[in-house]
Amino acid sequence: MQIYLDNAATTKVSRTALQAMLPYFEEQYGNPSSLYSFGQQANEALTDARERIARHLHCDPQEITFTSGGSESDNQAILSAARIGARKGKRHIISTAFEHHAVLHTLAKLEKEGFEVTLLDVHEDGVIRPEQVAQSIRPDTCLVTVMFANNEIGTIQPIGEIGRICREAGVLFHTDAVQAVGHLPVDVRELQIDLLSLSAHKFHGPKGIGALYARKGVPLTTLIEGGAQERGRRAGTENVPAIMGMAAALDEACESMQATGEKLTALRDRLIEGLSRIPHCVLNGDVHARLPGNVSFCFEGIEGESLLLLLDDKGICASSGSACTSGSLDPSHVLLAIGRPHEIAHGSLRLTLSGETTQQDVDYTISAVAEVVDYLRGISPVWRDLQTGKLQYVTQ
Amino acid sequence: MALYSEKVMDHFRNPRNLGVIEDADGVGEVGNAKCGDIMKIYLKIENDIIQDVKFETFGCGSAIASSSMATELIKGKPVSEALALTNKAVAEALDGLPPHKMHCSVLAEEAIQKALQDYYEKNGIPYDGCASCGQSGHTCCCGGA
Repeated sequence: MQIYLDNAATTKVSRTALQAMLPYFEEQYGNPSSLYSFGQQANEALTDARERIARHLHCDPQEITFTSGGSESDNQAILSAARIGARKGKRHIISTAFEHHAVLHTLAKLEKEGFEVTLLDVHEDGVIRPEQVAQSIRPDTCLVTVMFANNEIGTIQPIGEIGRICREAGVLFHTDAVQAVGHLPVDVRELQIDLLSLSAHKFHGPKGIGALYARKGVPLTTLIEGGAQERGRRAGTENVPAIMGMAAALDEACESMQATGEKLTALRDRLIEGLSRIPHCVLNGDVHARLPGNVSFCFEGIEGESLLLLLDDKGICASSGSACTSGSLDPSHVLLAIGRPHEIAHGSLRLTLSGETTQQDVDYTISAVAEVVDYLRGISPVWRDLQTGKLQYVTQ
Repeated sequence: MALYSEKVMDHFRNPRNLGVIEDADGVGEVGNAKCGDIMKIYLKIENDIIQDVKFETFGCGSAIASSSMATELIKGKPVSEALALTNKAVAEALDGLPPHKMHCSVLAEEAIQKALQDYYEKNGIPYDGCASCGQSGHTCCCGGA
């Protein structure tokens, strides 16, 4: 038995997406750049996929560039905005402390090149306030980049309000919408977004494919030089099967968005309620401004990696922001950004649901987590010290 | 390849010598919760022999497995042998640890050293670290020879 609750990491390719891809491996395998009709058929498929994806985002097909995924889109969006800014002498960028590393590391690179970066505080609820953006914009600000929804704690940011503030101030606005597209309505016109990153494998499409929306008039800097594919914005023969899979997955996700969202929200809340009954734990991120499928907790007195390994033994795939799982000495920067002390950030657990998750899965997971947390606390000297009053509990 | 060896997973899933010794002759705690690893070792020593050893660990899979293996390696052994236990011996007995997890074996060695130090102090015996090379903690260089 396997209960897959790590859908923020990646998702299963849907049957629809897989079926949409298959013809482009053995039958329609032509190169879209080729002149003959066999190649042009592949090109027509690309055009069709681009139109469908654009329709879901409410933009023009010409504003969509296919990339290898979220990280590449984030890199290209940020570097492009930085180049545009630098040409006007604007070298200040505003972002948040809990962005994905694809954003944070790109910003760190720009800092070395002389850019100044302001990272906004994300508060304990994991939601930035639009006025923070308004107050941080300076005459030399060239870009605001704020993620649509956080990948670890699932909090949804006030994107529309930030978009309005940026548009009024004449500052480019990028959003890493990797966790949002296919799960939440995303209308780039209404939300006044200039640049948006998305990744197919977060909404039941294949891995290694994504897209970057860039509003008409926002020139993109190329990261990959070569042929004239993607109107010169991204060289390399297009991954036609993956693009067809992405388009099909997005069609499906958007069609069922409301129904899936309602189902997931109910399951998510059941899971949150069940896990909340474990003593001395805390939900990470606001309970309302939250992705339908995200549950994130910290448990006092235990460490996340051992929690994951024991849940794995019980057939549950989950993730944690502990240092041991991140491969660094510090626990997740997201949990630290919302003010969790190191001690309890190490004891974090993220469970992310999909449309395939059942109530039975949720109920089993609640009891499995409770059992494992209880066991690990029983062997933990930290828990003993908390219980005997030598250490103070951080949570209720 | 799996993250850990079968041996690590076995000791993680079925830790040996888990628990506390209420009237321990020596107790050693190392690590800190901020870093995500704490190990506590309890020793019962009679006639210079480790009669019993128990541990409690807050930490990742390899931290729990390292504590478990370390206690197994010293149980029933003379104090001098326990003093000479190295992190390398712990890691080897576990069929190896991933490079970024070697510090877990270091913590296990240090926890035992600290518990022995506590035992020495309680009994007024001068503590001079490793019986073989005279160094303490993971700075011990003699490899337990």
